[in-house]
Amino acid sequence: MIVTERNRRILWLIIFIGCMLPAADLLRRLFTGDLGADPVETLIRTTGDWAIKLLVAGLLLTPLTRIARNPLPVRFRRLIGLYAFFYVCIHLTLYLSVDQGFDLHAIVKDILKRPYITFGMMAFLLLLPLAITSTRKMVARLGPKRWRQLHRAVYVAASFGVIHYYLLVKADITWPLIYGTILAAALGWRLWNSLTLSALQDTGRLSSGCKP
Amino acid sequence: MLIGKKSDIASSEITPKSLWLDRRRFLTGAAALGIGVAFPRQNANAATLKFTKSPLSTKGEVLTPLKDVTGYNNFYEFGTDKSDTAAYAGAMKTRPWTVEISGEVKKPMTLGIEDILKLAPIEERIYRHRCVEAWSMVVPWNGFSLSALINRVEPTSKAKFVEFTSLADSKTMPGLLFPYVDWPYREGLRMDEAMHPLTTLAVGLYGETLENQNGAPLRLVVPWKYGFKGAKSIVRIRFLEHQPATAWNTANPSEFGFYSNVNPEVDHPRWTQAKERRIGDFFRRPTLMFNGYGDQVASFYRGMDLRTFF
Repeated sequence: MIVTERNRRILWLIIFIGCMLPAADLLRRLFTGDLGADPVETLIRTTGDWAIKLLVAGLLLTPLTRIARNPLPVRFRRLIGLYAFFYVCIHLTLYLSVDQGFDLHAIVKDILKRPYITFGMMAFLLLLPLAITSTRKMVARLGPKRWRQLHRAVYVAASFGVIHYYLLVKADITWPLIYGTILAAALGWRLWNSLTLSALQDTGRLSSGCKP
Repeated sequence: MLIGKKSDIASSEITPKSLWLDRRRFLTGAAALGIGVAFPRQNANAATLKFTKSPLSTKGEVLTPLKDVTGYNNFYEFGTDKSDTAAYAGAMKTRPWTVEISGEVKKPMTLGIEDILKLAPIEERIYRHRCVEAWSMVVPWNGFSLSALINRVEPTSKAKFVEFTSLADSKTMPGLLFPYVDWPYREGLRMDEAMHPLTTLAVGLYGETLENQNGAPLRLVVPWKYGFKGAKSIVRIRFLEHQPATAWNTANPSEFGFYSNVNPEVDHPRWTQAKERRIGDFFRRPTLMFNGYGDQVASFYRGMDLRTFF
């Protein structure tokens, strides 16, 4: 796709609306009584699932940008990342409210005793500063280098998200494995890339100005 | 005037014949995509049962609606998604059906489902059903005490345990391709548990023969234990001297015990068992010891450490 500002905006709008659809569909199903036998479970599972899907998808945008030699994908990273956080917030709110009934004692016990809850909560806590510092102003305030370093935490958060998922399934680990594999590939690609780049820099074959 | 317009419908939009012929696959595909499709009752042998109300029924509980009892099922032989098990389970053939009864018995025999239906008068037994996943239902089962069948085959003094084996038919059960447990699905009870009047051989629910997803044509219901102890679509019952290896216990011994009595004080290693969500409710309710059947069964386990024998 040729990158014009107009194309970018159209694509942005499509992704913006597209990412809203799962939430809109859940609302529709909630009001039409179409959430199945256990509506709370459906709501919690579906929002959690979309949070992981979008987190993993967001991590593929940088590799995609470089492999496709097209600057477009990476420009939707913030949008998709914030949507992932949006679904994480609904997911967490549902857990705290309907699932646990705001029983603080039970929630704290759950966080300390259940590894899957621990990992889920850690993923949320890691994503929180990333969401807060997602604005242009914050990038400027932190400086691009520090901002980038901070936002690498998204790999940790996504890994915790996948572990959270893996730990709660009873036997069918297909989806946690699929997300885990994609995540490992994205992380591996970035590590390999930074290693080879720094090796190239060490041998002086690449000027430091080219460092992405 | 029409000018040179070839066709209103692109050939790519015409549904291939193979696809529209296969309605079932379409329905299951639609379910996989999350599209709401109303599944008709697929029970080819659906029949209304004559029954009397059992004095063993649980009182004061609101029944879980039929559509939830038949639409929210764990039957991993047909996949792990509770909401579309019904769509896949339709392929299972439940007639003819025989159950082989063997092991430590004086009269080993193979009974057809028709003979089993005549073993004892069919009752309606309303029981709480508590899944190990921390949700629950209230189901009006139709069936009779397993003891009726056990007495018929006359176990020997060596019979200390009973093993139940479910159907494993790779032609109709796509879940068998995945090693969730070591197929075929097997469950077991201690002899005294099996003989308890609450332990039910269910052949129907809500006054009709069982739907496939609920374990047609016959299944076990042990109301004070987690739901997975109730083996579905039973094809073999064996009487044994030693405790049998059961499916979930073998797959993950630290998480699923042989006894698996409902116990709010002994958590699953990964999640709490203190509360449960009754299907139809929004908030969780406390789980009852032995699922509320402690008065009848607690004596079985007196002196046993229920943390060790969970």
